Amino acid sequence: MTKGPRDKRMTIDEVVATLEDGITLGIGGWGPRRKPMALVRAILRSDLKDLTLVSWGGADVGLLVRAGKVRKLVYAFVSLDSVPLEPNFQKARQEGTIPEVVELDEGMFQTGLHAAAQRLPFLPTRAGLGSDVLVNNPWIRTVTSPYADGQELVAVPALEFDVALVHLNRADRHGNATYLGPDPYFDDLFCLAAKRAYVSCEQIVDTAGLTVDTPVQRLLISRMMVDGVVETPNGAHFTTCTPDYERDERFQRAYAAAAGGTDDEWAAFEERFLAGDEAAYQAAVTAFAEEAAR
Amino acid sequence: MTPTRADVCAAAIADAFADDGELFASPMGLLPMLGVRLARLTSNPDLVISDGESLFLASPPPLFAKGDVVEGWIPFRRVFDVVAHGKRHVMMGATQVDKHGNQNISAIGDFAQPERQLLGSRGAPGNTVNNRTSYWVPKHSARVFVEKVDVVTGVGPKLAKAAGPGASRYNDIHRIVSNLAVFDLHGPDDTLRLLSVHPGVSYDEVLSATGCDVHVDGAVPETRLPRTEELILINEVLDPQGLRFKEVPQE
Repeated sequence: MTKGPRDKRMTIDEVVATLEDGITLGIGGWGPRRKPMALVRAILRSDLKDLTLVSWGGADVGLLVRAGKVRKLVYAFVSLDSVPLEPNFQKARQEGTIPEVVELDEGMFQTGLHAAAQRLPFLPTRAGLGSDVLVNNPWIRTVTSPYADGQELVAVPALEFDVALVHLNRADRHGNATYLGPDPYFDDLFCLAAKRAYVSCEQIVDTAGLTVDTPVQRLLISRMMVDGVVETPNGAHFTTCTPDYERDERFQRAYAAAAGGTDDEWAAFEERFLAGDEAAYQAAVTAFAEEAAR
Repeated sequence: MTPTRADVCAAAIADAFADDGELFASPMGLLPMLGVRLARLTSNPDLVISDGESLFLASPPPLFAKGDVVEGWIPFRRVFDVVAHGKRHVMMGATQVDKHGNQNISAIGDFAQPERQLLGSRGAPGNTVNNRTSYWVPKHSARVFVEKVDVVTGVGPKLAKAAGPGASRYNDIHRIVSNLAVFDLHGPDDTLRLLSVHPGVSYDEVLSATGCDVHVDGAVPETRLPRTEELILINEVLDPQGLRFKEVPQE
């Protein structure tokens, strides 16, 4: 009998059990789009602490900083798009509850991902020169071109992760995965920049099923980049997971209102949606949607 | 058809993109999107426009409508490629902008623990040292136009020059369009210069709503009124619902 590649299927809790206090975590997606929210919610339920979080920030950042899980945050923005300013992130920054922040330019962030993916200590870019990104992060150095131009450029340090978490539309049990929406974001780079990468997905299908009705160019993630695969239907909720579902704007408004409201309002939101496991969350979301339909 | 202030702003924004040639026009916000699409239909048909998500659109749809013909794919990773390559003109917002054309969208107050946390630097540092950048200010006030921004996200020409040729070579802060007036940064020592004041707005009104010095070269003209063709395009094609009045209300 011939052998096939490893079966990497795991549960949400098995993934989170591999994480340790103090690790550097890269979370894929973009702002309020295709975020591995089921895994983020599982981290909220865990005892994990002192995380360094690197993210194109959305509610993943808001939830984890509100829960006090984050010792250091690396970001270029944190936004929910239709709600431009993320209330939990704002509150944490304004109250000074994130011990260390590194605010980068978006292009610097991408450059840092490229450097980590290529196992380089840094890559040069113009982005950041002249701005307060370099003033607020004096440890980020510049480098002088060794060629005739001799210009000074930013040496963006590699954004290396212990673990990357990404959410894709489809995956096979080995970790090959496709995005079916408009934008791959940087999920492949997140996986390459990490020592270990976990892919959550809407549905695990046979390998042949990945390309049966989907162009091969949508196979963003190769199994050689992946350590574990989790099937988490609606697992990006309340962010987009186009075309499986769009952002749950009504839920996002409720989240933002609670996050920006009183401590009691946030406690009520937590109690209703975040106190139980993922199944309890999804049941609460269904009930919330049914309320609106009535 | 009587032009509204919003229509004047849209035409002024369109004018900022008129001489760009064939490049990616990247508007952030509603009036910039309207102005760019207006320019694409009038003064600069070569502009490359997107849906603000991941597609280049072959023709400009009405605000927030889907485009019918797609002419390219521009996911975020490729946006950064175009930024670094330079064939792009972005018009961003600015919570603060100062007399040297530095922009702030990061935080108000001390960065370490701000009074008000905003979006973050986003792409502003990279935009301003790589491609042409303009700003749109829908509510011109002394809180927006300040002597010195609290955090420098977008880099103005003076700071870019101080940071060396890597920063200054492609730094090109082109226009600042507000609901009251139009500026560039060709005042002395790379400072704000008043280019035109919108019809119905007085010169004193602009200066008193501006919390920093503004250079004025002689008599300042009125911002031009939109042409009839532009008014028809705005009212009947690009924004029949009047979404622009949410950003710049009718007087």
